[in-house]
Amino acid sequence: MVPATSTPAEPAGAAPARAEAADVVGLGRRRAAAFVAPALVLVLVFLVFPALWTLYLGVTDYRLTGLAATRPHFVGVRNYTDVLADGRFHDSLWLTLQFVGGSAVLGQTVLGFAVAWVMRERPAAVRRTVEALVLLAWILPGSVVAFLWLALLDRDGGTLNTLLGTPGTAWLLDHPMASIIVFNIWRGTAFSMMLYTAALGNVPPSHLETAKLAGASTWQTLRDAVLPKIRGHVLTSLLLVSLWTFNDFTPYLITAGGPENRSEVLSVYVYRTALGEGRLGFGAAISLVMLLVNLAIATAYLRALRRRRA
Amino acid sequence: MHISGRSTSSRPHPRLTAALALLLAGAAVSSCGGGSSSTDPQRNAKARTFTLTIARNAIVGGKNDAEASWITKTVIPGFVAAEKAKGLRVKVVYHGYGVDDDAYKTKTALDLKSKAGADIVSLDGIWVGEFAQARYIKPLADVVGARADSWDGWSQISPSVQQLGSFQGKRYGIPPSTDGRVLFYNKKLFARAGLPVNWQPRSWDEILAAGRALKKLPGVTPLQFDAGTAMGEATTMQGVLPLLAGAGAQIYSGGKWTGGGAAMKQVLGFYQHLYGPEGLGDRKLQQEAKGRDKSFEEFANNRIGVLLEGVYLWRAVLNPKDGIARMPDRDQAVGYALIPAVAPGKGVQGRSFVSMSGGSVATVNPHTKYPQQAFDLLAYLNRPDVVKARIAGNPEVTSRNDVNAEALKNDPFLSFVAQKVLPVTLFRPGLAAYTQVSTALQEATAGIVAGHSPDDAAGQYNGKLEGIVGGAGNVNAG
Repeated sequence: MVPATSTPAEPAGAAPARAEAADVVGLGRRRAAAFVAPALVLVLVFLVFPALWTLYLGVTDYRLTGLAATRPHFVGVRNYTDVLADGRFHDSLWLTLQFVGGSAVLGQTVLGFAVAWVMRERPAAVRRTVEALVLLAWILPGSVVAFLWLALLDRDGGTLNTLLGTPGTAWLLDHPMASIIVFNIWRGTAFSMMLYTAALGNVPPSHLETAKLAGASTWQTLRDAVLPKIRGHVLTSLLLVSLWTFNDFTPYLITAGGPENRSEVLSVYVYRTALGEGRLGFGAAISLVMLLVNLAIATAYLRALRRRRA
Repeated sequence: MHISGRSTSSRPHPRLTAALALLLAGAAVSSCGGGSSSTDPQRNAKARTFTLTIARNAIVGGKNDAEASWITKTVIPGFVAAEKAKGLRVKVVYHGYGVDDDAYKTKTALDLKSKAGADIVSLDGIWVGEFAQARYIKPLADVVGARADSWDGWSQISPSVQQLGSFQGKRYGIPPSTDGRVLFYNKKLFARAGLPVNWQPRSWDEILAAGRALKKLPGVTPLQFDAGTAMGEATTMQGVLPLLAGAGAQIYSGGKWTGGGAAMKQVLGFYQHLYGPEGLGDRKLQQEAKGRDKSFEEFANNRIGVLLEGVYLWRAVLNPKDGIARMPDRDQAVGYALIPAVAPGKGVQGRSFVSMSGGSVATVNPHTKYPQQAFDLLAYLNRPDVVKARIAGNPEVTSRNDVNAEALKNDPFLSFVAQKVLPVTLFRPGLAAYTQVSTALQEATAGIVAGHSPDDAAGQYNGKLEGIVGGAGNVNAG
């Protein structure tokens, strides 16, 4: 996750050291290759092969059932042009961006940081209790929490309607996106909280005290003393959380993409087209497009990280 | 941590590593494809101890509870005892599911694709064609041999019902029951509107005339025929397809799909009377997420005049005992009539009345370890006395004429279905493309509900259809 210790200045006698570094354990090339071979085979079989297979499926009309299940035909880039022209794909991409932006970038990060910041100087007992509760949301199995949230948001006799005194409000039908965004914030805040708790430990207390002595407001302290120290952590957290959220399938357990596709994020869209409608070739094409979006997100963050270091 | 100090003797042997890698790769590849299995119908036929599994989308205490209870409490103990009498030790395991049909279909397809799954698998009849084309299921005669076609039960199942489990002239499974679609009408509303209480329309115009009379009653929706996408397959089965048959066309015939031609325009024109400006139906009901359940409730509360529905409405929805929208006076208040063609003799194959049917099919998994024993169990499931036990508390139209003749004697409605509806009924084409065609049909009716003209909706449908079925060559646009 975090790069190894950087070496800004090589020592004077770097040349022999480097030769040694090339074969530091003295295995020799063949034995070294033999050691990594099993791992590489696993990577090949479970990562590279499925990726290439997806690429291949994406140019066929392969289906779950019917004639095309046994004899898929090559259709060229038609699946890809169909995906890019599909209004349902555009809607889904937009919903996914809302989901990532709302729940991961804004929700989890801000709330996670806020909890970490507020809990920083609380008594250990309070801190532990809050952390345990937040973590609980994270470690419970997805199917269990989905069921809890269905019970919470249910139209007839849901907990939320009982609390608010709004019987009959169909939260999942009237506000499907808001529901899954709030759900995902609740679910995923724990990770950001843990990461920021660790990061805040890296901020020298003297900086904070200096800021306090200089009469800085909380906002000024955060902006000028804390943020510069934890910027790397923020970017790392954003990168991981964005990618997880982008590919998260749990919304399906709560709204199943409905009503009328109004909460159909990309992972749900792939599932419903590939397995629901049996269009495996088309689904593979969407998956590849998703992979490219993932790469774009990752590249953007990595660039930002590199710029920070430069 | 000084590995470099190791003696040479403990070096990993390169060949060993390569072998290990190959083994790993081999294991991974074979796990993708699944193990190969014998196709000999007589494999393990002499086994004296064996286990069979039955899977279907029915679960005790949930979806299709009666069906699941029948299997676990009647079928399994009965079959095990019968086999024990022959000196065989048998265990039968029931895999019950209580999920949406789509999820069950996906799971079953993936099971069969990976050569796994239960020995007796239950499928919706509509999936038979696409599963057969994908070679997930095979003709019974191929899986269990000639005895499949000489089974004595076939003589009791009429050819049109056998069609439910057949594809391209071959039998893939045994359908346990079937259903039909009729026009349900509220006799109380008919009396108030001055219409005959024993009603049997002979043309679409007569339906519309009744609708116009009913429209004069305040707070009553005269005619409700399913339309739009929210209701999914219900729109196709309880709306478009029976009407299309009445307009003289089948959705798939002679190797071509029916496009947006004259028959489809007639169907959409009929819908326009309901959901267009004339407003003989309630268009909101066709857009709501739970619109179908609501239509049941409204019908039960005497607020819908005529509703095109399946036998299911009578049996499981309005049922005064255990329906989901009970109607205490169902037997007196609800009338039922055959669905007429647009005009007498103008329906499919010159019919004056039409209907659509569906139902499930139980088949033997081609990869079962015990094909002979699995077929024994399948035949047992369809034995007259076992079928009678199934419908004892929950009458339905079974696939067996002998059981129907006896069990439905005292049920006028189910007798009507068995004797009047089944002879004129049609089944959907069991082809993979059907699911998408069905969606296109729903979208065409949604167009009418949204206020488009029949010509526009038919034109759009035709374009979509050509995209789905691979070009204009596969579409009959006449």
